[in-house]
Amino acid sequence: MIELKDLVVSYPGARLNAVDGVSFVGARGKLTALAGPNGSGKSSIVKALLRRADIMSGSAAIDGRDVRMLPYPELARIVAVVPQREEATFPVQVREYVFLGRYPHLGLWRAPSREDDRAVDEALAQAGVEDLAARDTDALSGGEWQRVRIARALAQKCPTLVLDEPTTFLDVAHEMAIFELMSSLARSGLAVLLVSHQLNLVARFADTIVLLDRGKVATTGTPADVMRADTLESIYGWPVVITRDPAVGAPALVPLRRPVRL
Amino acid sequence: MIAVARGAVSVSLAGVIDALRGHGDATAIAIVRDLRLPRVVLGALVGAGLGASGAALQGALRNPLAEPYLLGVSGGAAVGAVVAFAFGASGDAVITLAAFVGGIGAVFLALAVARVGGRGTRADVRTLLIAGVVVGAFANAAIMVALARAEPNTVRGALWWMMGSAADATWRRVAWLAASILVAGGALVYWAREIDVLSLGEDTAASLGVDAERAGRRAFLLAALLAAATVSAAGLIGFVGLVVPHIARGMGLRAHRPLIVAAGLIGATLVVAADLAARTVAAPTELPLGAITALLGVPFFLVQLRRTS
Repeated sequence: MIELKDLVVSYPGARLNAVDGVSFVGARGKLTALAGPNGSGKSSIVKALLRRADIMSGSAAIDGRDVRMLPYPELARIVAVVPQREEATFPVQVREYVFLGRYPHLGLWRAPSREDDRAVDEALAQAGVEDLAARDTDALSGGEWQRVRIARALAQKCPTLVLDEPTTFLDVAHEMAIFELMSSLARSGLAVLLVSHQLNLVARFADTIVLLDRGKVATTGTPADVMRADTLESIYGWPVVITRDPAVGAPALVPLRRPVRL
Repeated sequence: MIAVARGAVSVSLAGVIDALRGHGDATAIAIVRDLRLPRVVLGALVGAGLGASGAALQGALRNPLAEPYLLGVSGGAAVGAVVAFAFGASGDAVITLAAFVGGIGAVFLALAVARVGGRGTRADVRTLLIAGVVVGAFANAAIMVALARAEPNTVRGALWWMMGSAADATWRRVAWLAASILVAGGALVYWAREIDVLSLGEDTAASLGVDAERAGRRAFLLAALLAAATVSAAGLIGFVGLVVPHIARGMGLRAHRPLIVAAGLIGATLVVAADLAARTVAAPTELPLGAITALLGVPFFLVQLRRTS
């Protein structure tokens, strides 16, 4: 479970706080989505959870434990994060790559046990990438690579999973597949926090949406609470209408056209 | 064994074994025990140090073009050695030490530059790499300026040193280099799994429980220590640190623990072979070792590139 209380994050030299008093709870068994315009503080929250951004005040806790008090390896045993960017400089075999997810449990020298093997096999199966196990990471398509990265995080066997924009650059089918995967992971009992731009998909899959604007929570609640034309218009600064998704009836956002003066 | 046997004066293999056991001709004993053997061992150690250093650096900095000399180590070591030459130092130990201090000094300077560049916060690895290149370039410029006013003898000494050579091998140097490699190389092998994780990027490394800044700095320093030790013992021997890790990777090694060890072994073999070539091909003239390593390494690398693709 993720619990943020009045979290303030700022970067040295910056005039404004990147995250400015954000509170929310990402519960177990739920898919919580963190949305908002570019620069609204989504990735800074992820960085704070990784202890890679300075928390000025407030707190971020995983399962009731303040992240600042946790040594790095211990943090990695309770929360698995799939960061936004990751370049594979040197290709490795997919199974070996997913095995790196066991690093927080193995440390520098412990030899992998049967339990580690099982965790990796399960992670490969959950993410649906068993058949890629013998491939090299540089021979994967964009969608496969994202699933393999999620498998690596699942191999950590943490009760909380955080994903930062896992569907950027993916086509419709791959994007849907990833959202379905995250949704089923939440159903299986994980606390899943998803950072995403895809408001319409988020509205269909998430249990709770936290909508950020300039470092603050603009609005939060169920998709129906958050997906309101007036709120979204003022946050994104662009005219929109809200309709119903014809298939499942979830609220859907349609940005309108507006002439741009050159 | 072949490397010990061959040279301007050839000794038969049986003669080498005899000499090692202290039998036979006194000249052969002297050549084998005091000239050839330390030279071969020194070459092997230099190659091992550079190979291991390169393998660790490329992983930690996530850059297939990273190599030990890019860190400013070589430039710094050269400055140290040239300063020692300029002050009229001729003692082997003094020059070795000066080069080592220069090399390590340059690395710390690069770390400091990277920290300023990173606006007083976290020095990311790319900044570190650029800082190393900048410090190295500055050091090389300083050498040029210093050499422009130096006596011919100093210039020749400095140049020979910059071309790299295992010719001045002494057991004392061998011992010093062996100790450095054992410590720094051993530490890299000890922390190798951390480099595996680090090679995925800083955010991912953090998500797997590795303090990315600390781990990156540690790998950088240890690799630099290895490079500085080899440079102080044998001058600049290019190419090994850059290409040997790729050769090791081409053999299917991915995890950094076996990779660092293999790069060390391949590097050792390459430098010993290159040194053998350097002193036999145009004997009695000696060719610059650094050039031979590249001449031998490039075709080998190309053959492997073809085989893997």
